[in-house]
Amino acid sequence: MKPIIKVENISKQYRLGASRQSYGTLRDALAGAFRAPLRRRGGRAAHETIWALKDVGFEIVPGEVVGIIGRNGAGKSTLLKILSRITEPTSGRAELYGRTASLLEVGTGFHPELTGRENMFLNAAILGMPRTEIERKFDEIVAFAEIEKFLDTPVKHYSSGMYVRLAFAVAAHLEPEILIVDEVLAVGDTAFQKKCLGKMHGVTQQGRTVLFVSHSMAAIKSLCGRAMLLDEGRITCEGDVNTVVDSYLMAGSEMAQTGIIPDKAPRFGTGEVRVRRVELLDLNGAPLSQVYFGQPFRVTLTLEVSEDVEDAVVALGISSLEGTRILSTYNTDGGRPPAKLTAGLIKIAVELEITLFPRNYALDVLICHQTGADIDVLSSVLRFEALGVAETGEDHYRWGTAHGYVRPDGRWLAAEVAEEDLTASDAAA
Amino acid sequence: MSLRVDENVSAVAQPDFAPPSSNDPANQSNVLHVTPDKPVVVIKPTKAWAAIDFRELWAHRELLYFLVWRDVKVRYKQTLLGVAWVIVQPLFTALIFTIFFGILARVPSEGIPYTVFAFAGLLPWIFFSNAVAQSSNSLVGSAHLITKVYFPRIIIPAAAVAAGLLDFAISFVVLGALMVYYGVSLTWGFLAIPALLLLLTLFAAGVGMWLSAMNVKYRDVRHLLPFVLQVWMFASPVIYPPTFVPEKWRWILSLNPMTGIIDGFRAAIFGEKPFDRLSLALSVLMTVVILVSGAFAFKRMEKSFADVV
Repeated sequence: MKPIIKVENISKQYRLGASRQSYGTLRDALAGAFRAPLRRRGGRAAHETIWALKDVGFEIVPGEVVGIIGRNGAGKSTLLKILSRITEPTSGRAELYGRTASLLEVGTGFHPELTGRENMFLNAAILGMPRTEIERKFDEIVAFAEIEKFLDTPVKHYSSGMYVRLAFAVAAHLEPEILIVDEVLAVGDTAFQKKCLGKMHGVTQQGRTVLFVSHSMAAIKSLCGRAMLLDEGRITCEGDVNTVVDSYLMAGSEMAQTGIIPDKAPRFGTGEVRVRRVELLDLNGAPLSQVYFGQPFRVTLTLEVSEDVEDAVVALGISSLEGTRILSTYNTDGGRPPAKLTAGLIKIAVELEITLFPRNYALDVLICHQTGADIDVLSSVLRFEALGVAETGEDHYRWGTAHGYVRPDGRWLAAEVAEEDLTASDAAA
Repeated sequence: MSLRVDENVSAVAQPDFAPPSSNDPANQSNVLHVTPDKPVVVIKPTKAWAAIDFRELWAHRELLYFLVWRDVKVRYKQTLLGVAWVIVQPLFTALIFTIFFGILARVPSEGIPYTVFAFAGLLPWIFFSNAVAQSSNSLVGSAHLITKVYFPRIIIPAAAVAAGLLDFAISFVVLGALMVYYGVSLTWGFLAIPALLLLLTLFAAGVGMWLSAMNVKYRDVRHLLPFVLQVWMFASPVIYPPTFVPEKWRWILSLNPMTGIIDGFRAAIFGEKPFDRLSLALSVLMTVVILVSGAFAFKRMEKSFADVV
């Protein structure tokens, strides 16, 4: 069958930091123009750029419902924005063989001062619905949104639920041949979400072509027949929805288990040394995901050193999942000298003998200079669970809730005390 | 971990219906859509310079209408005086000008009561300055639309200009009342007003296109504009007749397109003196230049709006 959407090698490049520098001032532009002749000689000023999409191509036939999944920043929204013509691709070409409506947000253009009725008309016009069509569907939309009583109330007085219902009701009644939908079902209460999914499903049954981005794998699986997985601006997996969703979920859990740190993990620091992998092991070197009560364990860090560092301070922190740091250990503890790291891949390890109360914990890693200048700082790189049962089975944590985080090796002593000793010490005080 | 999270989501959002069958080959026979041979839309990087697509603009005329309607509706919501502000603003300005320029400074007014004279000049001027001020901020103020929906962006500043037309019409009624009060009579020149209004609107739209597009990238516009508008008013024959300027400098005044327009409005309303054809012709020429260049400049800057705004 002839495709209704044909995408060929679409790429989109953004300048890094563009959101911050974007509105430069006129003065900068004038100064830039003035300096331009000089700059041209030295080569163009190197702006750091990022490819939000790189050579993306696919075809969709009429009536197909295709889900697009991927992590945040994988390029899903950029792709939808290009297909919705909100932003232009840097290169490549796409052809749409049908009227398109995109729904990247519910209630686009709603004005708080206008009434529900007025906003319905405004929103419909913004979404490209002709006035005759909205007039024809008016009652249906109002009924769908369940806001009959508040039609003539300004929407600023609406509850957020009412607002979303009205907005979605308008959008749900669009009748384009191609519908492009971004994460819009994440709003509203459960009952209404179900209703929206039902309506969306109705849309797909009418043979409409839908491109659908969502983080809800359940919604993707129930609505889409086919899915595409985007990663770093490329389509890495495409095909039957179940296969693609499963491979996406597997990839996610694999990363969390191995502690292999992706390049774009949230981190900061100058970066001469980068942590590539964090592992939790027992003292024999076998990987752990759970630590028995009181079991000593080892954390190894695989570091990529791109530049020699003479005074590296390496620290490992253990935090609760809420982000409270429970303890930190430094390689310089006890007056030991900082480490000399030479370029290459190296592995360092720390062994800890602490008794953590049974909870889930996360490991944080910090590498800095002795001056305190950060080289690589990562938080919550690896999660693990501390169990209430000891390896040997003797030393259990017996209480239902954990009181605190760490059980120190307290030495408890006892002695007999005579009544006179108490009063004597009182008198002395 | 992520597996568990997704199970939760499914527990919440799992719909009650059976999985879709839209991708079954059997079901595709119901597809209503007949794929046309030519694409409806082609998406590709555009050339640096492109003309405005009037067909597309026409297709979005309802949106223009609704944006204008929204601006008009919203403008005086939650104000005590409401639409009365449309009258209050020029009327009080005219009164203040009458006191300072008409009575104290004795600025000549071509034999017309100064209040009416000033009001007739203020009508086109206030429309122009409001239109320019509103439209230059319109794109930045509509960032939420620009980043979420596609439509020809030019509709946004155009709607901001058009929304001022209603105010203009209302204050025109006030002008009529003033003319009756001061005993100024109408002439046939009145018929030229629609043409002058069109010229004024197009000029304001041209300036608005330039400034709104510049403002997306350079927010300096916002700070510069009030100052420029103030200077511009005094450089236009709003509170004085063009004859107030010495003969040998008058050509400089005529370079300002607002001179021909404001003077034309007065000539049309009062019919006391002939139209100044030279400065009107200059206004028309300047309007065409600014409108066409503005449209091209807007088109060129338009493609980065969503990324920059």
